Amino acid sequence: MKAVVQSAVPVDFHGVTNLLTYPLFNGNKGVNSCCGVRDMLKIEGLTVEINGKRVLNEINLEIKKGELLVLFGPNGSGKTSLLMTIMGFPRYKVVKGRIIFKDQDITHLPVYERAKMGIGISFQRPPTITGLKTGDLVKLCAHGKKIDMERLAEEINFSHLLDRDVNDGLSGGEIKRSELLQLMAQEPDLILLDEPESGVDLENIALIGETIKKLMGRAPTKPITCRSLKEEKAERKKSGLIITHTGHILRYVPADKGRILYKGKMCVGGNPFEILEQISKYGYQECIRCLNGNSI
Amino acid sequence: MSEREFNLTALPKKEKQRLAEAGIEADFTKREGTFIQEDLEVVHCKVEQEGLELLSTQEALQKHDWLKDYLWQCMSPDKDEYTKAVKEGPFNGYFIRALPGVKNLKPIQAALLIATSGFVQNVHNIIIVEEGAELHIITGCLTTPHISKGVHLGVTEVYIKKGGKLHFTMIHRWGKDVIVRPRTAVKVEEDGQFISNYITLGEVKSVQMFPVVRLKGKRAVAQLQSVLVAPPGSQLDVGGEVICGAPQARAEIISRAMTTGGQIISRGRLVGEVGGVKGHLECKGLILKNGFIHAIPELVAKTDAVELSHEAAVGKIAQEEIEYLMARGLDEEEATSVIVRGFLEADIEGLPAALQKKLDEVIEETSKDLL
Ligand SMILES: Nc1ncnc2c1ncn2[C@@H]1O[C@H](COP(=O)(O)OP(=O)(O)OP(=O)(O)O)[C@@H](O)[C@H]1O
Ligand SMILES: [Mg+2]
Repeated sequence: MKAVVQSAVPVDFHGVTNLLTYPLFNGNKGVNSCCGVRDMLKIEGLTVEINGKRVLNEINLEIKKGELLVLFGPNGSGKTSLLMTIMGFPRYKVVKGRIIFKDQDITHLPVYERAKMGIGISFQRPPTITGLKTGDLVKLCAHGKKIDMERLAEEINFSHLLDRDVNDGLSGGEIKRSELLQLMAQEPDLILLDEPESGVDLENIALIGETIKKLMGRAPTKPITCRSLKEEKAERKKSGLIITHTGHILRYVPADKGRILYKGKMCVGGNPFEILEQISKYGYQECIRCLNGNSI
Repeated sequence: MSEREFNLTALPKKEKQRLAEAGIEADFTKREGTFIQEDLEVVHCKVEQEGLELLSTQEALQKHDWLKDYLWQCMSPDKDEYTKAVKEGPFNGYFIRALPGVKNLKPIQAALLIATSGFVQNVHNIIIVEEGAELHIITGCLTTPHISKGVHLGVTEVYIKKGGKLHFTMIHRWGKDVIVRPRTAVKVEEDGQFISNYITLGEVKSVQMFPVVRLKGKRAVAQLQSVLVAPPGSQLDVGGEVICGAPQARAEIISRAMTTGGQIISRGRLVGEVGGVKGHLECKGLILKNGFIHAIPELVAKTDAVELSHEAAVGKIAQEEIEYLMARGLDEEEATSVIVRGFLEADIEGLPAALQKKLDEVIEETSKDLL
């Protein structure tokens, strides 16, 4: 079996050229080369095990500064594992490969140091912490930075829940908003979002979408008309990696590129909207089968 | 004779600190009244507000002939060897009474201090909350800083009359070889409320207590909360019982027990004697390092139509919770102390400032210790 490894330029993915001949970076390439770090995140040959069970196999991935990458993949394919490994949770044991963040090898750094360097995560299933009020946690996330918590909470429709213990008895949608509120206080440079919109109603999806846009530094600060899209993109400094099954969130924050993770392998790269369309038309298995020349 | 004055602010800093950690304010103006007993001697006893009575138990027994009708009415002196010892031995203690309808705005504080090494302190306290009155009492039981040995036997009888309310906080701050046997019994009449907090964070050899609250009148309420920290070498056998003996009585027992090496037996017992009562028992235990926790929640229903529930959980800190906080940039020590603090403080409100500080210190030390 042959894993398809993406590269910085579109490659021939064994026949699915309709999906993959699409130019990858929409002109984003090179815009950040002037600003020191160009790659926000670079993952090389990453192989990960949980309790001796392999969950990620030879993963390669690159996220440039200002770029949002969307990760697709069926249940159990290893998406959450990838995010948790990037964040550095010890349960996810790196048996091979490297993780480079802002030009530094962070493969063996503890979780909190990665957080301090600028990686933030929104969990798919965060734990409940009794006795700790969400508002207090949000303050801790800010690490002494001055934040206007009331305003942030209002923006994400969380004001009435600040006094609740962290994730205690929150609904699915409320948990997602709590996660984002913490990230708003933390202001990471690389945000890892694990299904931020799953279980969220339509109205709140818009809210979550707008918030992610702000977290990515993409909410317009100047009127759009003053700038070209190219200029706007050049100003983008924050990067993101987002997992979504439905793609709804992409309506609010367009992703720059997409990948499919399948059975622990990174299979395909391309235009996120087209990938999504292919998946919904043909299903993952079919999609990957033709990618890998029937060899799954 | 009943008004004695003693200046706490003149005490050495260490002693004041110790008292503060037992909830006792050196600045008496912050309290409605203050009672201080050293070994068996009452060194200060003064209350400001009209309608509140604060006396030593000995004086009160002389002053009020009727008081003997309250003595040993909540509990029998034959209950155990310790109650017997209090009845027979020389004893003192405080008598606090709120006259009908009187409410104290600031708490009354009472310090029961062992100041002589190896002293056996027998205490008999009586609290009476008359109809419609509201009392707030903070009792600090402690040894002076240089004393490590002693025995404290403390009987407390509490009478809450119709519509009365008692907010009772007891804080222990002992030396490491002190043996402590409080014996508390409470009777609550119709619409009365008994709200109690018990806190022990520091060293002690052994504490064994199991206050019994009888809700005798309709709609009577009892709430017992305890925060227990057992350092190495300590044994805490602590709990409480609420007997719901009248319709619509409600009871809640909440305990947070954390061991940093000591042994804890955390008990709780709710009894539903008649229909239409409600009670909830919550026993949570956290084991750090090599401690031991045995949670014994008991529910007894003597008829149908009672609603009693319990929740007990004992374990170590969830690694998942620590990691969650670490992902927000807290190092392991910070994350641990945030979780420990949350565990101990959940649902516990309004700790005195010095006690809060002590609690913070305990949490900080503990978290450091763990790594
Ligand atoms: N703690 C664990 N112990 C054992 N196996 C685990 C553990 N966590 C994850 N796995 C396994 O690793 C594989 C990948 O799981 P992961 O959570 O990364 O999938 P996912 O792609 O995020 O799925 P989903 O779309 O359902 O969220 C699964 O087979 C899962 O059962
Ligand atoms: Mg997942």
